[in-house]
Amino acid sequence: MSVQNLNVHDPFAEDGDPLGDSQDVGSQADYIHIRIQQRNGRKTLTTLQGLPKQYDAKKLLKEFKKEFACNGTLVDDEKMGQVIQLQGDQRSKISTFLIDNGIEKDTVKVHGF
Amino acid sequence: MSEEPMFDPSLKKRKKKQVQFTVDPLGADADPTAPAPETIDDTTTDGAVVDLGPATTHERMKLNGESAVKSTEEDDFKAMFGDSKKKKKKKEIPLDFGDDSGTSTPVPAASTPDAGALGEAIEDLDFSDLKKKKKKKKANLDMEAFEKELKSSSATDADADEDADPTPAVDLDDDADLGDDPFANSSGDVPTSVSIGNEAWLKSDRDYLYPELLGRFYELLHQANPALLSSSKRYTIAPPSIHREGTKKTIFANVTDICKRMHRQPEHVIQFLFSEMGTTGSVDGNGQLVIKGRFQQKQVENVLRRYIVEYVTCKTCKSPDTLLTKENRIFFMTCESCGSRRSVNTIKSGFQAQVGKRSRTRVG
Repeated sequence: MSVQNLNVHDPFAEDGDPLGDSQDVGSQADYIHIRIQQRNGRKTLTTLQGLPKQYDAKKLLKEFKKEFACNGTLVDDEKMGQVIQLQGDQRSKISTFLIDNGIEKDTVKVHGF
Repeated sequence: MSEEPMFDPSLKKRKKKQVQFTVDPLGADADPTAPAPETIDDTTTDGAVVDLGPATTHERMKLNGESAVKSTEEDDFKAMFGDSKKKKKKKEIPLDFGDDSGTSTPVPAASTPDAGALGEAIEDLDFSDLKKKKKKKKANLDMEAFEKELKSSSATDADADEDADPTPAVDLDDDADLGDDPFANSSGDVPTSVSIGNEAWLKSDRDYLYPELLGRFYELLHQANPALLSSSKRYTIAPPSIHREGTKKTIFANVTDICKRMHRQPEHVIQFLFSEMGTTGSVDGNGQLVIKGRFQQKQVENVLRRYIVEYVTCKTCKSPDTLLTKENRIFFMTCESCGSRRSVNTIKSGFQAQVGKRSRTRVG
């Protein structure tokens, strides 16, 4: 008969390695990235990448276009997934839009100069 | 109007005190007549407001102790690239005088933080070269204003004074970048220079103001442990020197210098720059970085600053004295001063949209 209290019990046994099964250790997968890219002259493009799945990119794009008065498209990239691409530097506008609409501030990352 | 830095008697008093500082720890380029070294630049390069309270106290203690000490790490860090904005400000000031508004109160108010910052900067900023020249020019003007101001010292009401100002419009425009920090005004109003035992609030029954209490705290702190005064060293980096090559390329001449200073591999820095700015480029024969696209110094500076925050300064102790090593495809940053070790994000360039001719990329 064994005393239950004396059993050696690993408190972490059932948890496993918390980082083991996720491939993206230290990756930026959970961020929404807002980037800028220069085109010719003083034209720029703004890209929004890493939108969480529960948001409809198409509807969002439509709203962006209306809100910021710019054109834009939805690009399917094999590596990056769906990327919203807008004309002009809309970075700050996008980030405020997203944050105002309930996306947490720390998940939005604005890149660029 | 209200955006302009208010005039206040306390500021003036402080200045009178300063004139005695002929033994200037700042070297030849600091004019002793310039009412400088006590006030600190209250805005950082990004326009963020740094609390004036502790800084001034800190400074004062420093001067008393005659030890060349730098202010807190935070300010340092923000002021790291701190010249571009200051330069802009400096230019404005002679302009104000040009409009013969020597008595205009915003001017001294505006010029002091500047000068103070300069004094600070000379000690430990690398960017001071550019500033020194301007500073000399300004000194005489400053003195003039100071004298006039002394005469008109009876005026205490800032608003009234400002209304009398003949060139308010010009000032307003020029001081725009000063004006947008609300803290400059409020902290200017508060005498932070109270010594223990005769605080201003003892005589009245008003509430304590935050800057006052903060000043008091620092005073007590430094009295208790003077060792803190000679603490951290400011972390500085030469501003990136950016030139244009043609219309579509930008040359970043001193990458290698900057990398050396940060103790980082140029490749890593360059990779970060490219991924952040969403562009490409190459290193030419002289070790200069050629970036595709048009970028201004300020923009590159911003990106560099972000790099430093992310990959250079220790997150635990804020020290820039760190090493970056790579183990199993993961970069680790080891702090040399506190010994902490943490992994940092790998640099990932994000989605790159198709720019330019489609046919060109298909062929290439």
